[in-house]
Amino acid sequence: MWLLSLAWKNLWRNRSRTLITMASIFFAVLLSTLMSSLKTGIFDNLVDNMVGYYSGYIQIHQKGYWDEQLLDNSQEQNPILEQKMLKIPQIKGFTSRLESFALASSGDLTKGCLVQGVDPNRENIITNLKAKIVSGSYFQQGESGLILTEGLLRRMKMKVGDTLMLLGQGYHGATAAGKYPIVGVVHFGSPEINNSVLYMPLESAQELFGAYGMVTSYILQLENRRNIDDVKKEVLKISDSNLEVMTWEEMMPDIKQHIEVDSANMMYVQIFLYVLISFGIFGTLLIMMAERKYEFGMLLAIGMRKSKISILLLMESILNVFVACLLGLLASIPVVYYFHVHPIRITGSTAKAYEQFGFEPIFPTSTDSRNFLIQAFIVLCIGLVLSLYPMFQISKSNPVDSMKR
Amino acid sequence: METIIDAHNISKIYNKESIPVYAINQVHLHIEKGEFTALVGPSGSGKTTLLNLIGGLDRADEGSISINGEEITQMSSGDLIDFRLKNIGFVFQSYNLIPVLTAKENVEFIMQLQGINEKDRIERVKLLFKQIGLEDKMDYRPSQLSGGQQQRVAVARALASRPQFVLADEPTANLDSASANNLLDIMWKLNQEEHITFIFSTHDQRVIDRAKRVITLVDGRIVSDTNQVPINH
Repeated sequence: MWLLSLAWKNLWRNRSRTLITMASIFFAVLLSTLMSSLKTGIFDNLVDNMVGYYSGYIQIHQKGYWDEQLLDNSQEQNPILEQKMLKIPQIKGFTSRLESFALASSGDLTKGCLVQGVDPNRENIITNLKAKIVSGSYFQQGESGLILTEGLLRRMKMKVGDTLMLLGQGYHGATAAGKYPIVGVVHFGSPEINNSVLYMPLESAQELFGAYGMVTSYILQLENRRNIDDVKKEVLKISDSNLEVMTWEEMMPDIKQHIEVDSANMMYVQIFLYVLISFGIFGTLLIMMAERKYEFGMLLAIGMRKSKISILLLMESILNVFVACLLGLLASIPVVYYFHVHPIRITGSTAKAYEQFGFEPIFPTSTDSRNFLIQAFIVLCIGLVLSLYPMFQISKSNPVDSMKR
Repeated sequence: METIIDAHNISKIYNKESIPVYAINQVHLHIEKGEFTALVGPSGSGKTTLLNLIGGLDRADEGSISINGEEITQMSSGDLIDFRLKNIGFVFQSYNLIPVLTAKENVEFIMQLQGINEKDRIERVKLLFKQIGLEDKMDYRPSQLSGGQQQRVAVARALASRPQFVLADEPTANLDSASANNLLDIMWKLNQEEHITFIFSTHDQRVIDRAKRVITLVDGRIVSDTNQVPINH
């Protein structure tokens, strides 16, 4: 205990040096936590946008559907599976879809489009489709109308209230044909989606394609997307063997790859930051050793073992680094929280590109506690590893050389 | 008389590989309990080196040194540190008190290293501060004490571990006349009343005058070793 007390007193012997070391560690924790939270927040936002728009975090298909997306690879609606899914606590909700391609026709115009048969209520919970309505209205109970994307509506030169003809191939080679009123229009940022998708209620789609009681996919929304692998395992347990369970990462590997590449790039920036911090801390340690060389010689002379001096120095380092890390950690909480609530808003061409793909042009921070703890832990480890240097110097010192003026 | 230090034929050689320089050259030294001995000689004569060798701070290249019958030249550096802690007190020219500790804590520090319990530490600290005449300054930091007072605290620290002897390297070099005399009075009194053995390396005539034995070194060799009647005592 007396050694700890001495370590604490020694820490404040040279107030400026201690404060400089602490400040470098404090800002290191603050910056690296902010950077890490920003990185996680940007990627979370990207994934939430992608997943929220369309895919959900997990999908269940008939085996082979994802490779060959045909109606013939659809599955029967499965109320038992649905009940079991709702019992998994980490699943927030689900919806089912029947998707296929058809020709949309009006007057002289015919365009290819993706028909999405959706459960209106559940789809809205998962993808917030209702919020994307720009004219007309969302599906009403028992209504069999269509909601078109804005670009498709424009290409077809139609308006809300007009009737659109759909032609295509149905389930097991049947002919799909029907005419439906347009009840609403939605807007998507991505031109590809905005020019080619139309929505109809699931029952109407099943009737159109002759796929009664069939769906092409179940789309699952999670309470916390970090549990995705656990949820997948749970879903696999309750699914029939003819079904495939896919995460968004498996369905959209290009997004995952993009995140990994960007993440690696940001890691280099963080490593650069760690190196800067290391030099800062090491510099102060070098000065400290030079200043106290005579003192260490005196301590050895009067009978203080090298191991005890090393413990004393280690305690000084731990106290210094720990206090600075703790302060950095505490200071980073409000900063990260502020940028979570008030995200950095990007402007210019980058913002336009984001908006084009239906993403909000913002860089929010993530408040995931792991970002705080991991960064503080890394900086703490850097500090502690560097504190081995004074211990090493002590191990090879002798009183006579140390006390030479 | 009881022999405390027995150095036999010791040498300390620098530049052994090229042109050897004998800092200490085949010195025989015999110190008995209760001595008040001054090592004198010109700069570079080997006073501090000899003090370092008999204090176990440095190793002799030749010869052997026994402290209280215990051979120290073959000890490991860890054992030597423990040996110094238990047997040797040091007083340095520039006091070398730990600046963040109070005078009392500086003296207690040695006893904490020895693992002495708090009650005994407190008793010993009180006694030592009484002996050095600084009972009223026990809670002062070194920076709040004069040079002379700091050196008296250094003497108390050297005595805290109840050593076999105290090695003092130029203890009065940084002190004014009054402080030096005061310090010497205290050390003399401790020597007379408690038979504590003091060995000084010094240039200071005041120290030399008070020594019972004066050993003169030149070029690493003892050129004279005389007992004398200390002046003023």
